[in-house]
Amino acid sequence: METDLLKVEDLRTSFYTDEGEVKAVDGVSFILPKGKTLGIVGESGSGKSITALSILNLLASNGKIVGGEINFKGKNLLSFSDKEMREIRGNAISMIFQEPMTSLNPVFTVGQQISESIIKHQKLSKKEANIRSIELLKLVGIPSPDKRVKQYPYELSGGMRQRVMIAIALACNPEMLIADEPTTALDVTIQAQILGLIRGLQTRFGMSVIMITHDLGVVAETCDFVAVMYAGQVVEYSDIFTLFEEPKHPYTIGLMNSLPRHDVEIEKLEPIRGNVPNPKEMPTGCRFSPRCPAATDLCRREMPELLKDDDGNDVRCWIYSEKWEGEAEVTVYGEKRIAKGHGSETILSD
Amino acid sequence: MVQQSPVAGTIRKPVNPRVESYKNLWRRLRKNKAAVVGGLLILVFLVAGIIGPYLTTQDPNLPQISIKLQGPSAEHWFGTDNYGRDIFTRIIHGMGITMTVGFFSVALGGIIGVFLGIVSGYYGGKLDTVIMRIMDILLAFPGILLALAIVSVLGGSLTNLIIAVGVFSVPAFARIVRGSTLSVRRLEYIDAVKALGASDARIIFKHILPNVMSPIIVQLTLRIATAVLTASGLSFLGLGAPPPTPEWGAMLSEGRAYMQQAPHLVLFPGLMIVLFVLAFNIFGDGLRDALDPKMNK
Repeated sequence: METDLLKVEDLRTSFYTDEGEVKAVDGVSFILPKGKTLGIVGESGSGKSITALSILNLLASNGKIVGGEINFKGKNLLSFSDKEMREIRGNAISMIFQEPMTSLNPVFTVGQQISESIIKHQKLSKKEANIRSIELLKLVGIPSPDKRVKQYPYELSGGMRQRVMIAIALACNPEMLIADEPTTALDVTIQAQILGLIRGLQTRFGMSVIMITHDLGVVAETCDFVAVMYAGQVVEYSDIFTLFEEPKHPYTIGLMNSLPRHDVEIEKLEPIRGNVPNPKEMPTGCRFSPRCPAATDLCRREMPELLKDDDGNDVRCWIYSEKWEGEAEVTVYGEKRIAKGHGSETILSD
Repeated sequence: MVQQSPVAGTIRKPVNPRVESYKNLWRRLRKNKAAVVGGLLILVFLVAGIIGPYLTTQDPNLPQISIKLQGPSAEHWFGTDNYGRDIFTRIIHGMGITMTVGFFSVALGGIIGVFLGIVSGYYGGKLDTVIMRIMDILLAFPGILLALAIVSVLGGSLTNLIIAVGVFSVPAFARIVRGSTLSVRRLEYIDAVKALGASDARIIFKHILPNVMSPIIVQLTLRIATAVLTASGLSFLGLGAPPPTPEWGAMLSEGRAYMQQAPHLVLFPGLMIVLFVLAFNIFGDGLRDALDPKMNK
């Protein structure tokens, strides 16, 4: 039985600018099992949104997918025609965006906008679509849906609009929902409501969700699996528990160290030194090497592959490869740990 | 479980912002006295152009040599011309022609220009470059010269006059619409409807067009003035409607020879052209100010 709804393998997306090719996504692989939530975490410019747009093939005209495979239910989406992709979008795969204030067209009512994809994909009449729109508004927790359906976006608050966006995304019962920083533009209390709503709807309809965020808190709260992205690459992919308990990649460890936690006493948070590399001038070798406390000449010379272990957890770091000799010391939240090379039973030990 | 939002505020009576904004538009427009005068003048022209010809008692094209070149009188309000035709009647009949040329040429130029501009702005890239360079070439011609060239190729008739003035209006629309399309295209709701599987045609006509409508409306009004001026100019040069059509520009041209003896032959058609152009210009300016969100108070 096929349990992997989406399998992305070695995805590469480039943008062609006046200054040459910019490899925005350069080797992204992950698996999204049916009914689960995958978090894609990374800094601004790490390629997480581009990854999402690549899945739906919605790149700007100067962007192009130059390699890899995106298998959705066993079919490679990259081989689909424009028309076939339009059938997928909003139907089997839906997307919600970061900015609810500008994601709705100001000249149409909420109802008209929800109805649009229902009429397109499910071939319902306007009247039936309107009834369905009211149901959907009710589903996403908007009070007085029969009145709201006739309102225009400017009459709704940010949180309300994001609920409307979710209603639009859910209109055709998608199998997969891509949420691109759905809560970034909202304030904290509304954030929690929206995340709760997405999670509730997910369990109710058995959807798979890709949650794109830079917030590890959101990841901890909502995801089953996590892909950590750095400079256009997945540097670590694992299940949520492993990621938080035994982060492997020095970048992930750096992220954890810069996150305040209530269960550990620590005097000072440790930031990751340096800056994200300019995508036009990527370092040779590992892209994190200029900022990595454990980097060696090998790291600076050669790019590590994404190493897979038996549990399906991947990491892109030389420390865990056969080429690494000896041990590496890493500090996870003030606690010194030894990261051992390939083949040892305990990759991280106290 | 679906949660109830605590931020669900009071529900206002649903209002249609388009109706609402047109109400505001009217309110703001009314404050602009010049625009009101322009609008009223346009209304007068429109009514006179449509029902005027049925009310006049004289034939606009019937020569009556015995009463030629008479000055304004109770019987001939604007006097008679070199063939003894009643100038007032001819001007009233010319109103319809002027309006037809103005509206149809701008409609033609507007439809083509809006289409080219929206396609250019939406797709960008090479298509954009090609379309906009062609527009630049059209704009590089001194206005009336382009229309002149087209009419000389097609031959002088009312239809060809409309085509010529229409083509001449295309670049102005294309440029304005392209600019607005560029800004609307980058808004997130365009990505959002794309992510819902909307086709390009649907995005262009359903989602972009209504959002770039205000500059188009203003431009339509202002271009009518330019179009009428250009058409009159062409007729004046003998490239517009053939005689004896009572076209204002042509009347001006015919009357030129008698300017010394009977200045009313050029005065009245000239005055009408000025009034017509002025009316559309001040109304268009007022409309632009009223539609500009920065003017919202």
